[in-house]
Amino acid sequence: MEQTLPSPTASMPGRTLQFLKQHMRDYGMLLSLVAIMVFFQYMTDGTLLESLNLTNLVLQNSYIVIMALGMLLVIVGGHIDLSVGSVCGFIGALSAVLIVNYEWPVLPAVLVCLLAGAAIGAAQGWFVAYLRIPAFIVTLAGMLVFKGLALAILHGQSIGPFPEIFQKLSSGFIPDVFAGSELRITSLLLGVVVAALLMLMAWRGRRNQIKHGMEAEPSALFFARNVLFAAILIAFSWRLAAYKGLPNVLLIMLVLMAGYDFVTKRTTLGRRIYALGGNVKAAKLSGIKTERLTFYTFVNMGVLAALAGLVFTARLNTATPKAGLGFELDVIAACFIGGASASGGVGKVTGAVVGAFIMGVMNNGMSILGVGIDYQQVIKGLVLLAAVCVDVYNKRK
Amino acid sequence: MDAILEMRGITKRFPGVNALNNVNLAIRHNEIHAVVGENGAGKSTLMKVLSGVYPHPEYEGEIRFQGLERRFRGIADSEAQGIIIIHQELALIPQLSIAENIFLGNEINRHSIIDWAQTYRQTQALLAKVGLKESPDTLVEDIGVGKQQLVEIAKALSKKVKLLILDEPTASLNETDSDALLELLLDLKRQGIASILISHKLNEIEKVADAITVLRDGSTITSLDCRAQAVSQDLIIQHMVGRDMADRYPPRTPTPGETVFELRDWRVRHPVHTEREVIKGVNLQIKRGEVVGIAGLMGAGRTELAMSVFGRSFGRHAGGTALMHGQPVDISTVQKAVRHGIAYVTEDRKSLGLVLPDSIARNTTLAHLAGVSRRAVVNEGQEFSVANDYREKLGIRCAGVHQPVVNLSGGNQQKVVLAKWLFANPTLLILDEPTRGIDVGAKYEIYSLIARLAAEGRSILMISSEMPELLGMCDRIYVMNEGRFVAELPAAEASQEKIMRAIVQAGTH
Repeated sequence: MEQTLPSPTASMPGRTLQFLKQHMRDYGMLLSLVAIMVFFQYMTDGTLLESLNLTNLVLQNSYIVIMALGMLLVIVGGHIDLSVGSVCGFIGALSAVLIVNYEWPVLPAVLVCLLAGAAIGAAQGWFVAYLRIPAFIVTLAGMLVFKGLALAILHGQSIGPFPEIFQKLSSGFIPDVFAGSELRITSLLLGVVVAALLMLMAWRGRRNQIKHGMEAEPSALFFARNVLFAAILIAFSWRLAAYKGLPNVLLIMLVLMAGYDFVTKRTTLGRRIYALGGNVKAAKLSGIKTERLTFYTFVNMGVLAALAGLVFTARLNTATPKAGLGFELDVIAACFIGGASASGGVGKVTGAVVGAFIMGVMNNGMSILGVGIDYQQVIKGLVLLAAVCVDVYNKRK
Repeated sequence: MDAILEMRGITKRFPGVNALNNVNLAIRHNEIHAVVGENGAGKSTLMKVLSGVYPHPEYEGEIRFQGLERRFRGIADSEAQGIIIIHQELALIPQLSIAENIFLGNEINRHSIIDWAQTYRQTQALLAKVGLKESPDTLVEDIGVGKQQLVEIAKALSKKVKLLILDEPTASLNETDSDALLELLLDLKRQGIASILISHKLNEIEKVADAITVLRDGSTITSLDCRAQAVSQDLIIQHMVGRDMADRYPPRTPTPGETVFELRDWRVRHPVHTEREVIKGVNLQIKRGEVVGIAGLMGAGRTELAMSVFGRSFGRHAGGTALMHGQPVDISTVQKAVRHGIAYVTEDRKSLGLVLPDSIARNTTLAHLAGVSRRAVVNEGQEFSVANDYREKLGIRCAGVHQPVVNLSGGNQQKVVLAKWLFANPTLLILDEPTRGIDVGAKYEIYSLIARLAAEGRSILMISSEMPELLGMCDRIYVMNEGRFVAELPAAEASQEKIMRAIVQAGTH
């Protein structure tokens, strides 16, 4: 079973190739996204990456991405949450009742909604973690309960419109201090700054790896990857700047993505969640409070589902009884396409985000091409199956 | 020779281990043949070869049954010939009735429709044969273990059994049920059904066996015929344990210090059957730098004792105190136990010790993440250094510490589990079967490590089913049986015969 160490005298391209092979999964995911984007860019004669469409793409996927972050933790922890779509819809309805019907100010209403999300997550998490009821069943029940409650508090009607400040949560854009007419310069600058920051952080991480004698990514690969990534980021923000600038919700997404990526990769909390999902008994015998940890992954999921509900409601500017319908499927699919393992312990935040965007780009691209909603679902289902098959095949090798 | 079964030159290899080495076994018609040996001697593997669990090309050698060479491809194959094995863990489905269980997979049917009348009639006949007075309708979960055992035998009879194999059939039975079962075996023998009886209970073997085959380290040591003259238990024990022990263990000069850890009247109840006491008042002491062994057979309660000490990971606490350096300590959760310097290296490293998809580095730091993190942020570089440190110290052979542990060999996985607990810097290290499933070379490395840790002043509590290992490594040995310590032997006085005798005698009372 023993592998040989790559000899230090191995040629540079040899090392690069070997590293690529070992990290196939990570690069493969990004490459698939790029390939899908290129495909639809070509098929739609360039419509896909037009400024307006790109902005829409971000807005349409924001709530899926937000929930995928929480779902990833739940799945890595070895569970599943089927209720997120219903919770999302219920919280949207709750916000409408509070803000539109009771005319609450927006900020306290938003806070109450997020707290309600936490409470929902806590309730479900308690059943899963402490009573050991399978998450599939608990959240299946939650799915029905909150779908029903949303209907109940809306009395079956749509409620809207919302005050403008609430709509800004989703449809607002970063204000442009430079007042550029053709190009939102603030947004572009923000993109450049973020790209630079990411590169700096990557470089520092790499230096730390080398300092401790870890086998770091070969430098050629490291620079190629980071420069490419920065370029894409800047190009992306430039395209968005050409329309109305960076959407507010994109900022929320970026902050959350960075935060969850950090937590899962670098903190003891993240470590423990992976250990929990990888082998709950071993984690418990290593002194990890497995029940409490499971509980908190569900609380977290509840809060993110609530946030997604607010974003979605703000985007539609009405709360409808049908809001959130089937979101859980897209969210769960995003995690699995992104390489999470159904048996827990494996999965990455970046993977889930890329997975969500693969689904999003396919949705968007197929809609532009005029593929009916019927076949869209067929194709998405097959892509999900194929992605997981490739994963399982790779693991077996 | 008038043999129903002959197994000749059976060899079965697992990666890194020769589980069976040229084993011979001959069973005559109308006999009860006992197969004995220590845990890990190869009894179960041999039975798996016989019943087709390991099909033909996976072993070497020849199986002749009723005069013909057989190459079973699976259990269905061997059962079709009338070889039926009854495992220690019964293979009955609790929620089904006795009748349904007996004919499961073998239903009496016409055009796939079950003939219940016929099923009941035949079940009643079979139950009468095994002397079980229960209705065929009774659910298996509603009858005791002893009766379930009889249902298993009735099921075997329904398949026209010619050779019945029983693996530790009386391990979980009380005396009355055991006697009834043994009587039944004698009765079956009179009806022309031969049996192989795998058992640790030598007094039972003495009672019913016509022949005894002793296995040790995967080889046949001897076959004894009890019909010609009675075989003494002493002789059997000698054959079971006698082996050369020279140079298999590193030299040690024990220098025990003050008492570090103590258990007083430690009692634990079963987690589900709370009326049953699994640990019945254990008193234990261990000194600084001392290696103390716990000997006993499977089911004696050794692992349960260790896990109950390690944060009540097993059972319900039912009394007793734990003392660390003379002070009573609260070790009611794993976190608290670890904080008081207790570490437990599990016997089941794959399902209880390691997070298999994770890397060596991540597994190493899991129990003591605080050691490589600041304000809850893990320093991966530092973690890498720590993992590399242990990789070197323990000689973990791997491509790099980022390799997932799932790909490592058993010995290397065991070293990773050890690394994890050494990084937590324990005062008392409990090792549960530290060399199970590890080849000889790696065993020596683990022994050397244990010696080194004791020399550093750590206290080591070692549970093992391999008696030579306990005798080779320990300063003192507790012998455990049915939840109690039945003997305490200093290294100078201990011998395998003494340990075996303590266990066997405790069992007969």
